Amino acid sequence: MGLVFRGAAEAGLGAASAADRPGPPDAVPNPTPTPPAEGADPGSSRGPGMVLKAFFPTCCASADSGLLVGRWVPEQSSAVVLAVVHFPFIPVQVKELLAQVQQASQVGVTVLGTWCHRRQELEESLGHFLEGLGAIFSHKPWFQLCRERGSKSWSCKATHWRGPASPAASGEDQVMLIFYDQRKVLLSQLHPPMALPDRQAGDTTASAGGLAAVFDTVARSEALFQSDRFNEGPVRLSHWQSEGMEASILVELAKWAAGPVCLFLACLLSLISAASSCRVFKLWPLSFIWSKLSTCEQLRHRLEQLTLIFSTRKAKNPAQLMRKANMLVSVLLDVALGLTLLSWLHRKDLIGQLADALIPVADHVAEELQHLLQWLMGAPAGLKMNRALDQVLGRFFLYHIHLWISYIHLMSPFIERILWHVGLSACLGLTVALSILSDIIALLTFHIYCFYVYGARLYCLKIHGLSSLWRLFRGKKWNVLRQRVDSCSYDLDQLFIGTLLFTILVFLLPTTALYYLVFTLLRLLVVAVQGLIHLLVDLINSLPLYSLGLRLCRPYRLAAGVKFRVLEHETGRPLRLLMQINPLPYSRVVHTYRLPTCGCHPKHSWGSLCRKLFFGELIYPWRQRGNKQD
Amino acid sequence: MEDEQSFSDICGGRLALQRRFYSPSCLEFCLSCPRITLRSLTAVTCSVWLAAYGLFTLCENSMILSAAIFITLLGLLGYLHFVKIDHETLLIIDSLGIQMTSSYASGKESTTFIEMGQVNDVVINEAIYMQKVIYYLCILLKDPMEPHGISQVVPLFQSAKPRLDCLIEVYRSCQDILAHQKATSTSP
Repeated sequence: MGLVFRGAAEAGLGAASAADRPGPPDAVPNPTPTPPAEGADPGSSRGPGMVLKAFFPTCCASADSGLLVGRWVPEQSSAVVLAVVHFPFIPVQVKELLAQVQQASQVGVTVLGTWCHRRQELEESLGHFLEGLGAIFSHKPWFQLCRERGSKSWSCKATHWRGPASPAASGEDQVMLIFYDQRKVLLSQLHPPMALPDRQAGDTTASAGGLAAVFDTVARSEALFQSDRFNEGPVRLSHWQSEGMEASILVELAKWAAGPVCLFLACLLSLISAASSCRVFKLWPLSFIWSKLSTCEQLRHRLEQLTLIFSTRKAKNPAQLMRKANMLVSVLLDVALGLTLLSWLHRKDLIGQLADALIPVADHVAEELQHLLQWLMGAPAGLKMNRALDQVLGRFFLYHIHLWISYIHLMSPFIERILWHVGLSACLGLTVALSILSDIIALLTFHIYCFYVYGARLYCLKIHGLSSLWRLFRGKKWNVLRQRVDSCSYDLDQLFIGTLLFTILVFLLPTTALYYLVFTLLRLLVVAVQGLIHLLVDLINSLPLYSLGLRLCRPYRLAAGVKFRVLEHETGRPLRLLMQINPLPYSRVVHTYRLPTCGCHPKHSWGSLCRKLFFGELIYPWRQRGNKQD
Repeated sequence: MEDEQSFSDICGGRLALQRRFYSPSCLEFCLSCPRITLRSLTAVTCSVWLAAYGLFTLCENSMILSAAIFITLLGLLGYLHFVKIDHETLLIIDSLGIQMTSSYASGKESTTFIEMGQVNDVVINEAIYMQKVIYYLCILLKDPMEPHGISQVVPLFQSAKPRLDCLIEVYRSCQDILAHQKATSTSP
């Protein structure tokens, strides 16, 4: 098959030069597409009026005449045109190139038909020549697209060869032209619609076949787009990159430098994580403290993220790449905000002012607590308390406050130094600074936490005692074996003592309940403040900023689907549509690309929270990683 | 070819249905909702400003008046961009799919495209809406697991809410195309 078509090209098309390609002077009757109902050959395997779809790249609409190269998807009856091979060419070389591309990309790239971009009507010989090409690159169906230069009238027909025996009995089908922007479709990533709650996510991908096949074909055919028109290869192609591959020096330099930098940082990070997981830190007091401080959680989280970003393994799929990019941008933003905070603190010398104000504030809080206790020890809100119990509890808590104030005054010379060093940690990130703030609040209100625990335990004991004695009052008992309430006959002494104790507990209940209520409210206030700070930290941690930026600046990269627009239509001409990319809405971007956070969210519902409060069980507002049980 | 007909929606407002016939396999319906009227706009603006002026006479703070102007402007912009739909378009392309576009008054367009492989049928359904029973046109989507099951119902023309006569027009044309599509796809 060593035919060279240069001779025929000179005869019919003229001009073998690459630059100038004048249109053929003669005319060929342009066969209009046959109407759908009668177009089918009764013996053909296709049904009547079958509409074939041809996806045509917009960059090839002004290309010179040649062969259409792409992939035929029989299930969708659609042809995806990837490039145009220009005259002159040698069929053997074209087939070799296609075989190479097919092997490199696993996409069934073949010659689909001919493309003709002419000045006026084609001559008869060219028409036969184009049909003769169909015999060499046999493909069913064989497309013949035509466009008049300078006008918007297109024509296309698709024929089925019945073989040389009956060439006249070839059936024709109607073709619908769908234009697509090749570069955008190549770069975009299709997101299947969200699965319904009761279905698996994997089922929806099976039904999203049609257009996903087009995207897939274009994305995997990168090997075809490597050669541009400045290449000295045997075959000349026209596609979106045929004007030259686009690249940026900065991006290339960054890619080249990324290797060693990643390696260096990965070693550094592995050293740090090895140091932090050494045995010294696992001893009991230290491990307990580390698990309580949210700063350590945050630092550990950031260390994990940095290890993932700078790991030397390449990302396996686009989702992992997005995740890495999101983490990197999140870390960078965090550090930038932290440095801004640091510069603001140092400019106004706020650290000194904060240190000076801290002790008086702590004193003030303690004084307010003392006033509160004095109020409780009197007649709070007009209620009459049990005097003896009141005095005992009040004095007990007052002594604690006194101890706490002494500790604070002991620490006062060192506060400024500590705060200055803590302020330096803001250069690790705003999230770290906020976590430290949350921990400082927790440490400063430690006495409130202690009071809450004392009050809650006392109240809890009282409630349990009351419920058990109430059962005795009614003649029932809790059966531990059967986990239920059973009736029981008590002796008279048991009943007598039980009733006495019950009465005592009932009359002491208001006092204990009031102390419990006051300290629980204080504790909940502190927890609410800490919760807000944690919410802010979680927001900074989990927001996918890179994906949002991509959606803002390059909306075609994240595609929810496609949309079609019907272009100018004349009767008798084929239907032309423009396929554009429908970008993903912002809410779905955030939902799909959210980064995982520490996971320290309260898992209670409001009902269980109220139940715990009523029975005096201790509430831990957030679980620490893994090991805490309520 | 294009033709335009006038219908009414469930509240009695005037709707205009524009039908464009591109080819036997491609059809577009454009339903225009009643526009925002000067009367309603004036009424809302006057009531907001009267309320603001009343507050101002109580509080003697001129920030209230500027805040009222600000709120009115932002509210109008938000309403035009997020709430008020100007026209809704339905484009059916045989063997490709069905596309619904809602165009807002500020020019924003939101489009959904459903591939023909996922479409089971297009039907007119009844629904209870506040105190009325209304008809609406909807697309039934196929269930990937069950061959004849329905996985989702997608209602069409939700903000225009046309009456049954308009729906029947659209329904007939859709059924023509779907029947043609089913005939050509079931042939071997």
